[in-house]
Amino acid sequence: MLTKRVIPCMDVKDGRVVKGVNFVNLRDAGDPIELANRYDQEGADEVVFLDITATSDERATTVDLASRASEQLRLPYTVGGGFRSVGDIRTMIAAGADKVSVNSAAVKDPLLVTEAARAFGTQAIIVAIDAKRRADNPNKWEVYVAGGRKATGLDAVEWAAEVARRGAGEILLTSMDRDGSREGFDCALTRAVARAVDIPVIASGGVGALEHFAQGILEGEADAVLAASVFHFGELTVRQVKEDMRAHGIPVRL
Amino acid sequence: MTFALVDYRKGNIKSVERALAACGADVVVTSDAACVRAASAVVLPGVGAFADAMGTLRELGLAGAIKDAVGAGVPFLGICLGQHLMFEGGMEHAEGGRPTPGLGLVPGVVDVMPKEVAGVSYKVPHVGWNAVEFDEGDPLFDGIGQGEHFYFTHSFVAPDGAYTVGKTTHSVTFPSVVRRGSAFGVQFHPEKSSDAGARLIGNFVAFARNGARAE
Repeated sequence: MLTKRVIPCMDVKDGRVVKGVNFVNLRDAGDPIELANRYDQEGADEVVFLDITATSDERATTVDLASRASEQLRLPYTVGGGFRSVGDIRTMIAAGADKVSVNSAAVKDPLLVTEAARAFGTQAIIVAIDAKRRADNPNKWEVYVAGGRKATGLDAVEWAAEVARRGAGEILLTSMDRDGSREGFDCALTRAVARAVDIPVIASGGVGALEHFAQGILEGEADAVLAASVFHFGELTVRQVKEDMRAHGIPVRL
Repeated sequence: MTFALVDYRKGNIKSVERALAACGADVVVTSDAACVRAASAVVLPGVGAFADAMGTLRELGLAGAIKDAVGAGVPFLGICLGQHLMFEGGMEHAEGGRPTPGLGLVPGVVDVMPKEVAGVSYKVPHVGWNAVEFDEGDPLFDGIGQGEHFYFTHSFVAPDGAYTVGKTTHSVTFPSVVRRGSAFGVQFHPEKSSDAGARLIGNFVAFARNGARAE
């Protein structure tokens, strides 16, 4: 039976992990590769490197990171952020990334999803969606881009269905309301999207406690759960999370 | 002995190269048919579409070289799309509903994984870690526990048949491992499957070094 995945996510700038990482026994806590290998040993199912750099110069360091990762990691990894064209995606895949995640660029030009899926295969293309609950309707969520600064008017559930039709292989769904709140995933949002598409949905945003992971799967109906700081700060280990998920009857690889 | 890692521009080469080298294999990454013909083992990785991949393999003269090598008993490992290409044909991007011919090392046609079975919906692509139930005694699984998890990512599946030696279940139960003589094919990505994957690749390297002669 296909297991549910646990995915640590690292924010990377200039090829280094940003936001504090508080691991003992790491020679270099800022090295994304060393951190990813640590997560591999803990039982992580894959990792995400989120590129938060802006300029093209800095971009080159992320391509270099992808290249080193393909030589040094024994896990699948995704590089997200900063893709503007099929050419950008091609560069990252050629460097060795298993998957890329696109966000703003897909909203700007949905054909990008279609063309990238055709060029690199559905399995390589993740569409990241940042969604915020509408003030006028608590059962609807709006898609935001540009790092959550710009509203698009798009309905998150409809947008998810559209990118799935266009060939996206997975959806990485972040609740902006919950991100950083430590209140747990927005399970209503996650469930609405998971039921609207026939591709896997990765829940993101809001984890602050052990039981939140199982909630994302059981209540949110997600196929995978993603978190950052609870892992980086050593509050929880991937193994602890998986053991708790298993205790809730969720199939995991342990 | 050299392991020819076939590079036909379908990605994923470096991870496989790293995994083989970590097991002590002498790896040559190559697009050259002559190099494949001279190798003592051949590894065919790959992600992407069947028809496109077969086209490239033919163009580069690699299809014939691989077939000849396998025919001569040279140990072979196909990974993911590389497993699919071992079959007679594939329906991915097939024209006119007729399968695109594959390498034909194993009979049957690769087809799409159903998204709905008996009224139950499944997510496809089949992405993530899933269990492999293998035939006891298969050399690829030496030291690996029954039901061990490996990393999968695919939307098409190989047909079941006499050469199935490992099975995995998602919407359907499909051959995640096939073997014909010294030619193996795995649907999952051992190079992305942590300890278990490293072990499996090590087993293939050991098989290529010793087992092939003993079989």
